[in-house]
Amino acid sequence: MSKSNGRFAEYGGQYVPETLMNELNRMAKVYEEAKNDPEFQEELHSLLNKYANRPSLLYHAQRMSDDLGGAQIYFKREDLNHTGAHKINNVIGQALLAKRMGKKRLIAETGAGQHGVATATIAALFGMECEIYMGKEDTDRQKLNVYRMELLGAKVHPVTSGSMVLKDAINAALQEFAKRSDDTFYVMGSATGPHPYPTIVRDFQSVISKESREQILEDTGKLPDAVIACVGGGSNAIGSFANYINDKDVKLIGVEAAGKGVDTDLTAATIEKGRLGVFHGMKSLFLQNDTGQIKPVYSISAGLDYPGVGPEHAELAAKHRASYVGITDDEAVDAFEYIAKEEGIIAAIESCHAVAYVQKLAPKMAKDQIIVCTLSGRGDKDVASIAKYRGVDLNE
Amino acid sequence: MSKLSDAFTGRHKLVGFVTANDPDMATTVNNVVALAEGGADVVEIGVPFSDPIADGPVIQRADLRALRDFDLPMKAIFDAVAEIRTKTAVPLVFLTYLNIVLQYGYDEFCRDCKKYGVDGLIIPDLPYEEKGELTPYTTKYEIDLVPLITLNSGDRIKPIAKDASGFVYLVSSLGVTGERDHFSDQLSSIVKQIKADTTVPVAIGFGVHEPEQARQLAEFADGVIIGSAFVKIVEKYKTDAPKYLKQFANEVKSAMLTD
Repeated sequence: MSKSNGRFAEYGGQYVPETLMNELNRMAKVYEEAKNDPEFQEELHSLLNKYANRPSLLYHAQRMSDDLGGAQIYFKREDLNHTGAHKINNVIGQALLAKRMGKKRLIAETGAGQHGVATATIAALFGMECEIYMGKEDTDRQKLNVYRMELLGAKVHPVTSGSMVLKDAINAALQEFAKRSDDTFYVMGSATGPHPYPTIVRDFQSVISKESREQILEDTGKLPDAVIACVGGGSNAIGSFANYINDKDVKLIGVEAAGKGVDTDLTAATIEKGRLGVFHGMKSLFLQNDTGQIKPVYSISAGLDYPGVGPEHAELAAKHRASYVGITDDEAVDAFEYIAKEEGIIAAIESCHAVAYVQKLAPKMAKDQIIVCTLSGRGDKDVASIAKYRGVDLNE
Repeated sequence: MSKLSDAFTGRHKLVGFVTANDPDMATTVNNVVALAEGGADVVEIGVPFSDPIADGPVIQRADLRALRDFDLPMKAIFDAVAEIRTKTAVPLVFLTYLNIVLQYGYDEFCRDCKKYGVDGLIIPDLPYEEKGELTPYTTKYEIDLVPLITLNSGDRIKPIAKDASGFVYLVSSLGVTGERDHFSDQLSSIVKQIKADTTVPVAIGFGVHEPEQARQLAEFADGVIIGSAFVKIVEKYKTDAPKYLKQFANEVKSAMLTD
């Protein structure tokens, strides 16, 4: 009898066309070997440390902690990585895996462009061909990132099918992967999709919590009371949580994009408003209508603008090991401005969803308690859209 | 033998395809009847999904047209099947994605397929490893779950073929549905491999769009599946599509029967 692979409780699996199955199973096998191969691990860590600028800082936000008057707030500074976000951790790992599988060409989907830029970066470093699938809506909105990818030598395909956004870019990348898996590796951007991607991406991103756990113990001699990260597909969050999952006293909190509010149609709060479904190769929670059509989602943040969530988050939510909360556009934009003025950090609007929740939670906690919040990326890319949100014309 | 497998007796069989509610449900009923009258031995009805990852641009566009109001309740499709059943006995197969079946309920979906007269299911995103969650219900209601085999299936062919029911859908090329001009030489040897492990018929699909191609493929397969080429006709002629579908089905069928 057939047996399903890559389950997180009832979530996960491999719901993909037959054309992809042999390739995905081979990827899973090669990854298992690589994981246990000291040479692979050494090359990975060497690139992370010498190219991507790891370990990233764990920064004690003293002013913000004092201002909020509760818990001590520490930021895990993934925004200081090369290419300006956590995405590089995963991309380096998957590109090494691609090399190990003998692939010459990397393809990837991208929403706002961060994962596309990271993939194009590593393709340039490895001398591999690179093609990025990006919804036409997004290529129009993010011209600078399109140019950035081209500068790095990648070819950007505007995807005109469906609603022309991230989910359609994933559809197109999966189709291209099915068509040309002999020399091509699909670099998945989040801890989503068919097995083995959710596991691979979790493992490559778990460097975040491996470091933060050591750093907080060294700094304070104890574990944090809460770990907070934003969740779109959920790669920075699962990486931020991974090494604390067995520490039962550490609260894990994922922050979803509520958009205009979880009770409106303009939201991306998948765990709060979604239902069990199958999409993009995985069983997980999705925003969908009664019949099962996948809903268009909305958030000010393109990086959280995804109708599903990685299967491991669905499991953590079902088991009540992690809790998930929603933050609206308004709250995130306020946090964007707050952390800039309070700490001198311009953080990505995605990360500012997590920061906004820190602002709510910290005052309710004692001064000797600790919050570790991941700043998944830098916010330069968002400055123009925040200005627009505030009605400031930057003469574009 | 199931009704679906029986439909392939004598070989040179044609499987047609249209998307439900493209451009409207009344036309879909007429389209299915027209395909059957034109010579299709089995008709697939595409149950539209917002994100059909195994389908090429032609069928994607059809799904978008069918879902122009975003929603299309399964009940409307089952009602159309009931109406089709008053007009033709041609075996019917739903092609859809697993989420549609999951949301309706596996048991309820298979129950209603049986009730309204749908003989089989093709679910491109339900590979061999995952089918165990649905097969208790397809078995319970005697619905054939038609498996897909592709050029790169390799040693998966044997287990997939062994479990096959209805027919085996052999995908002629890698990638998505749509028209192609060349077919792999591997196809005939894969048909032989499949037949070593199953007695259910083998039909080849993906990219067939000319009567002559269908004739060539029918030399070594039991049947040929044509999808996008029929859907293109619906796209072009809309509510007038039935007569053109019938005509094209007839051309293909005639070519297949020419030796």
